[in-house]
Amino acid sequence: MGAAVIVKGLKKTFNLRHSHSMKETLVWLAKGRKGDLTKKFDALHDVSFEIQSGETVALLGFNGSGKSTLLKLISGVILPDQGTVRTKGRVAGLIEVGAGFHPDLSGRENVYLNAAILGMTEQEIQDKFDDIVAFSEIEQFIDTEVKFYSSGMFLRLAFAVAVHTQPDIFLVDEILAVGDEPFQRKCLAKIKQLSDEGRTLVVVSHDLDMISRICDRGVVLSSGTVQFEGPADQAVAWLRERN
Amino acid sequence: MSNSTDTYAVPGVGAGLLDVYRRRYLLKLIVRKELRVRYRGSVLGLAWSYVKPLVQYVVLFFALGIVLRVGDQIPNYALYMFSGVIVINFFSEAFSNATRSIVSNAALVKKIYLPRELFPVASVWVAAVHFLPQLIVLLAAALLSGWHPDVMQLFGALLGFVIVAVTATGLGLLAGAINVFFRDAENIVDMLMMIVTWTSPVLYDWTMIRRLAAPWVLTIYQLNPITVAVELFHWAFWYPTVDQPVELPPHLLVTGFIGLGMAALFLVIGQIVFRRLEGHFAQEV
Repeated sequence: MGAAVIVKGLKKTFNLRHSHSMKETLVWLAKGRKGDLTKKFDALHDVSFEIQSGETVALLGFNGSGKSTLLKLISGVILPDQGTVRTKGRVAGLIEVGAGFHPDLSGRENVYLNAAILGMTEQEIQDKFDDIVAFSEIEQFIDTEVKFYSSGMFLRLAFAVAVHTQPDIFLVDEILAVGDEPFQRKCLAKIKQLSDEGRTLVVVSHDLDMISRICDRGVVLSSGTVQFEGPADQAVAWLRERN
Repeated sequence: MSNSTDTYAVPGVGAGLLDVYRRRYLLKLIVRKELRVRYRGSVLGLAWSYVKPLVQYVVLFFALGIVLRVGDQIPNYALYMFSGVIVINFFSEAFSNATRSIVSNAALVKKIYLPRELFPVASVWVAAVHFLPQLIVLLAAALLSGWHPDVMQLFGALLGFVIVAVTATGLGLLAGAINVFFRDAENIVDMLMMIVTWTSPVLYDWTMIRRLAAPWVLTIYQLNPITVAVELFHWAFWYPTVDQPVELPPHLLVTGFIGLGMAALFLVIGQIVFRRLEGHFAQEV
């Protein structure tokens, strides 16, 4: 099978000061506050690991440990300052449910737009459209504009699109807290099914019980470095000890 | 897994405008979204893209043609002016919306990787959709004035359109990327758009510049791709309706291809700058 994701010596630094105006920038430079413009924060520092094809891996850690940054680097939303990321096959990142949804478009239009954003072709979307709507259970509202949806309906539809995109590598950030309990069970079952089909899953979540149930392995991050890497239940136990 | 390949990819590094072509279905959906969202909740909808230029045109024609009598030396001034105004309208809508496109799609840019060139390119397409009704009005006006173009003139119009679209895409990529870091860019572009009507022979004709300026100034003036496109439109839509002798700029097709070269240069520069800055879009926007 081989590795699906290879992360080597990853370093990511963010600027702490943001100025979006030329005037401000010039004034800061003139006043000798150049340091303010270049103040940095290391979000990730020398992170290396591999994820095997077909594996379900959890990225664990407390808030601010660098999990989401890492996921964004794997999806290509941001680029590393040092080190490399390599992926094999189609990657679909669900950094945030419904990121590409537009409130003024109908559910149907949003399904098409979002599926295309996540990399599906026109034919694939047409083939999968009915499945997506059926999974979301909002058939009767599919031609209503999304701004009139309840938050639950919105999340269901967004999640339904994402899980039907058939990626080889599926990045999931804290989205399993979707909908009511029956729908959550359905989502978990779908995640399991994707994993059984041999797809690679990278999950970020604070729901440690769920993680030890569905993940094979865990990578624990703290202050931007890998602190522990091993079976999911051990990773969860490691994290809980330090809680 | 039908999509798996044996080679490793570097996430977040694409092929630029080539990726936009590969994902043209997504481009189509984004253009449709932009159009839908623009006219949400409006009664007139796309008809606004007729009404707005029409009002603008009537004002200009009244002020310049009738009050200031600029058009006295230019036969069929109404058509002359309109064929230039729609070029400027297309260019300024395409360029200023492309400049804002990355920032206004921040939600998407931050969360999902997709070729970011899609947004400026989609802005240019949206502007082209709005250009179409104006072109129809222009054609109707030309036909009423006894329009009888030849094939080369029609080719000239097409060339002019392509020059404007490519220039707007190139400059839009450049300014759109810079706008992520400095929001000043969109104000600078707005300012340029006020000037651009006057740096091309839209409301007056090129012989006035020749009378006033040194020959090298005239050369620079005529190398402006927008000027080239405006003159090509004059040649295609206005010139065939004029029955008295008028002086067109010399070598129109040659300047046309030079203009296309300039436009291509802008596109290359825009793409290079865009790619250099793209890596920081998600964290800075």
